[in-house]
Amino acid sequence: MKITAIALNTFKEAIRDRILYLLLFFAVVSLIFSRLLAILAVGDRVKIIMDVGLASLSLFGALMAILMGTSLVFKEIDKKTIYTLLSKPIHRYQFLLGKFFGLILTLLVMLFFMSLIFIVIVLLHSGRIEWGMFAALAFIFLELCLITAVAMFFSCISSPILSSVFSLSFYLIGHLSWGLETLINKIKPGFGKTIVQVLYTLIPDLENFNFKTEIVHHLPVPPQVFLYATIYGIMYTLFVLTAAMLVFRKRDFV
Amino acid sequence: MGNALKITGLFKSFKSEFLRKNIEILKGISLSVEEGEIFGYLGPNGAGKTTTLKCILGLIFPDKGEIEILGLPYLSLKAKARIGFLPENPYFYDYLTASEFLRFYCQLHQIKKADIEEKTSTLLSLVGLEKSSSLQLRKFSKGMLQRIGLAQALLNEPELVLLDEPLGGLDPLGRKEIRDIIVRLKEEGKTVFLSSHILQDIEMVCDRVAIIVSGQIINQGRLHDLISQKILFTETTISGIKEEELKKYGECVSSYGGRTLIKITDEKKVEKILELVHTKKAKIHSLVPRTESLEDLFVGTVKQE
Ligand SMILES: Nc1ncnc2c1ncn2[C@@H]1O[C@H](COP(=O)(O)OP(=O)(O)OP(=O)(O)O)[C@@H](O)[C@H]1O
Ligand SMILES: [Mg+2]
Repeated sequence: MKITAIALNTFKEAIRDRILYLLLFFAVVSLIFSRLLAILAVGDRVKIIMDVGLASLSLFGALMAILMGTSLVFKEIDKKTIYTLLSKPIHRYQFLLGKFFGLILTLLVMLFFMSLIFIVIVLLHSGRIEWGMFAALAFIFLELCLITAVAMFFSCISSPILSSVFSLSFYLIGHLSWGLETLINKIKPGFGKTIVQVLYTLIPDLENFNFKTEIVHHLPVPPQVFLYATIYGIMYTLFVLTAAMLVFRKRDFV
Repeated sequence: MGNALKITGLFKSFKSEFLRKNIEILKGISLSVEEGEIFGYLGPNGAGKTTTLKCILGLIFPDKGEIEILGLPYLSLKAKARIGFLPENPYFYDYLTASEFLRFYCQLHQIKKADIEEKTSTLLSLVGLEKSSSLQLRKFSKGMLQRIGLAQALLNEPELVLLDEPLGGLDPLGRKEIRDIIVRLKEEGKTVFLSSHILQDIEMVCDRVAIIVSGQIINQGRLHDLISQKILFTETTISGIKEEELKKYGECVSSYGGRTLIKITDEKKVEKILELVHTKKAKIHSLVPRTESLEDLFVGTVKQE
């Protein structure tokens, strides 16, 4: 109940953030842009709409998660609202979990609206509902949960600007980790190689949550792959959240 | 009677941002607050009052020292469920209305849903904010924030109330109202710990005080013991008698518009001057005996440092 109360309050706060609506606006613009792109393109237009559409949902969702995840905890400390909050009978981890679930709720609502527009655009164009899209959207949401946890973790150890930079790098590297793999094979052994190797092991492969291509091109996906991606996402989120709670537990609020 | 709050040997230092040097802010604070009293924590700006309170509430972690709240470990939820805290210059979620805010904090105290409405309205009227219950906190004035802050501190009917500068930012009427609430809390059997650098406020309500100067407690005890009740001098304003004549009785502080203010240190001379006024048919405009005030004590000890 305490966590729920904090989560709902976080939701109330997050939903008032103007940046959220700015991002939502750009997401819608890029969805409409995908529609225009499809008109110009040759080949399967529905595929282009879906491809570009899902990619922009994922990108703008991630930007929302990063911006809010890095600022909300910081704001609470900066504005000193945390002083009275933590003097109530709650544990610090309950505070952090409340914030997390509040953000997740916000992202769910945002993703819902973006998806609605996306689905309507696809529907208007193709005249049928692609059920596979829902699986792709579900995994985008799972990825957003992970990114939120990561953003919150960074905000527990650094300033909002730094933690945004870290989280954004996490997102980008996470999607390019196949690139890191080739990089490891290419560069000579040494300090640089070690760093890349550490990054490669630490940062999860976010492409695990990307089923865009499979779904757009109607490729079969074995259920184990979905299952594996789900477990991978949940475990990683829990791991990062736990790390955040451990850091947060001993922190001075000055 | 037991201790509502007991602090022993509290040390806290902060790392300075530039030199990475440790600055010691609290240098071994020890104090105990008895149940049912109003305890004043007195000290000049930057003495470490807020830092002490933050340690008590577990917002920062002391380097050394022990804190006990109502006989419980200070970080336990059981202890926190029985205290209330008002920070200095309180600031709250500015997008919530006053009653939304109190309802939110009620949930953190796990107050039953059925009681929340009643609780919020009682507290809002206690602090005189019943008319602003549906106003967003962003539109609150400083004094109103102080009041809503006090209201949230009292939600759980705490046994120990910790107030950091509770009268800061209030007008004279507001100060009186909050002071009345503090006294009422004591009458209800609650313990109040309040920090301030404003002496009159503490003087009026506190049973015992501790004086902290640059991170150390330099004096602690009953107000009557710290302050002697002896009359130090008497100040009186008289008109109708020449200044030269009055000089025999005491020191002339000022003279304006035929009125002379003199400071008399000898009590017998006060009687004499009254007789003189009577025989000369002169006029007394004021007569104020001055005892040692907390202010004198405070200035005295701070200067010694
Ligand atoms: N995070 C911090 N880092 C370094 N120094 C700090 C920090 N927080 C407080 N201080 C220093 O600790 C000292 C005590 O501060 P504190 O806020 O406890 O004073 P105070 O007694 O509450 O004063 P006031 O009456 O002005 O509220 C000050 O000199 C302040 O500069
Ligand atoms: Mg202070």
